Amino acid sequence: MGAGTGRGVMFSGVMATAWVTATLVAVVAGVVGFHVVVRGATFAAHAVPMSAFAGAAGAAVLGVSAIAGLGVVSPLAALGVAWLGRRRRTDVASALVIVVMLGLGALFLSWTAEYSSQVYALLFGELLGVSTQELAATAGLAVLAVAAAAVLHRPLLLTAVLPDVADGRGVSVLAADLWFLLLVAVVTTMAVPVVGTLLMFSLMVGPPAAARAVARSPRATIAASVAIALVTVWSAIALSYVTDWPVGFFVGILGAAWYLAGRAAAALAARRRPGARRQPAALAA
Amino acid sequence: MSTVLSVEGVDVWLGGRHVLDEVGFEIAPGELTGLIGSNGAGKTTLFRVILGLLPAARGHVEVVGRPAGRPARAQVGYVPQKVALDPDVPLRVRDLVSLGLDGNRYGFRRRSRQRDEAVDAMLSAVGATRLADARVGTLSGGELQRVLIAHALVAQPPLLLLDEPLANLDLANGQEVVTLLAKLTKEQGVAVLLSAHDMNPLLPVMDRIVYVAEGRVASGTPAEVVRGEVLSGLYGHPVSVLELGGRVVVVAGDTGPTDLVTR
Ligand SMILES: Nc1ncnc2c1ncn2[C@@H]1O[C@H](COP(=O)(O)OP(=O)(O)OP(=O)(O)O)[C@@H](O)[C@H]1O
Ligand SMILES: [Mg+2]
Repeated sequence: MGAGTGRGVMFSGVMATAWVTATLVAVVAGVVGFHVVVRGATFAAHAVPMSAFAGAAGAAVLGVSAIAGLGVVSPLAALGVAWLGRRRRTDVASALVIVVMLGLGALFLSWTAEYSSQVYALLFGELLGVSTQELAATAGLAVLAVAAAAVLHRPLLLTAVLPDVADGRGVSVLAADLWFLLLVAVVTTMAVPVVGTLLMFSLMVGPPAAARAVARSPRATIAASVAIALVTVWSAIALSYVTDWPVGFFVGILGAAWYLAGRAAAALAARRRPGARRQPAALAA
Repeated sequence: MSTVLSVEGVDVWLGGRHVLDEVGFEIAPGELTGLIGSNGAGKTTLFRVILGLLPAARGHVEVVGRPAGRPARAQVGYVPQKVALDPDVPLRVRDLVSLGLDGNRYGFRRRSRQRDEAVDAMLSAVGATRLADARVGTLSGGELQRVLIAHALVAQPPLLLLDEPLANLDLANGQEVVTLLAKLTKEQGVAVLLSAHDMNPLLPVMDRIVYVAEGRVASGTPAEVVRGEVLSGLYGHPVSVLELGGRVVVVAGDTGPTDLVTR
């Protein structure tokens, strides 16, 4: 795709599919990313897509579609992280899962003919290679993910903010963690073929982290997070079209930029608040 | 007298230690009860048993006539001992209080005027109306304690458990929270059980006391319980109750009969 070949091409054919797909991925990443950030689960949310790498690589070896491989391995990775991290050590569990699955993925890919192009596609996605069939699957998973996020919303919030109270009220923190990871697995399955494991992660963390600096309530934060994610992918596609650089590069850069902008805004807000505390508000006897 | 909470012959062993030994007491509506005991006495453990999170080896707990655990959960408001909030968490005070109404429910939620009114009323009852739109991560310790109380009470449970709510507060803020709890106890007719390692801030408002030591409890009015001979029986060695500069202190050793005179 040459630089600046005109509007007609930028919004039609393969490009039209790319726009729609990217929009779906951004909405879902913005919604689910809210819970990633509120739970402080960025590492766990990294482990699932990274493991999915192995699933997609395995699918390549078997000659089945990447979505099928992702659909099987992502939930398994989610269960693995939840089970290994059931005593609230999800960081160690996540690290373990990432290392093992990355190794497996590399092994699987070495068995396929087109090693390097496959690796590249899984890490950074192939937005411009999305077929109509894949678009339908992506749309279905997007609806599922957003509906699940809505259904799980309140228990996910309660268990993230007041875990001891949640347990007392019969909302198991463990169950909520598991639901959350399965939700991440759904997002992974839909997003990895499109934006890749690395960029899906940056899309799921950058926008919501920036959003919570500008919005107050959960509702407003989710809305802002979706909006920022949309701006990110749209600009990334447009920039990629103009420069001929990979979409993934721009998604990554913009994700990081949003994150830093969010941190800066939060720091400024804190400085403006007289007597604001830098430490978490903690009550411990 | 109707009973909101009844604890009967509860035994708990943790890590080979007999943490609770035949613990029994009752709590009635509209009463504020202090669960008093030093660090490691078993206060949090007892709360976990009442919430049904920790099974007792023996004994029985009933909340409004239902056994502890799943059926009783909706009947208990709970403010835990440790709450650590991320300063950046995108949650306003009113959102946190609203989670007290239905944070445990899966499913879609419709916006409702009723819910907003319940939240506003609760915030006003704990004197936190002006904090309604503040981020929860920015609250001071005393403010957060009020908000957690509102969160625990907004669903109007008949029983409120507070684990060391005064632990991190200075004298003035502690006093305010105590006054607030006494007010809520009477106004809302809720039964309040709150733990503390120091009974002094609670003496002016406490209807009853459950004193924990050596895994055993003594309960009754402060005048009945805070006596040398009662507490000596509990500790299994002689202790004395002294009044020093307006404060009641329990010390080891026999210094003669000095019983608490309640004000
Ligand atoms: N899971 C556990 N395994 C072994 N021992 C435990 C466990 N939980 C608590 N204990 C022990 O039980 C005793 C009572 O603990 P608990 O937390 O109930 O005390 P507490 O009265 O709440 O103390 P504090 O005032 O410090 O909060 C302590 O000696 C503690 O070490
Ligand atoms: Mg305790």
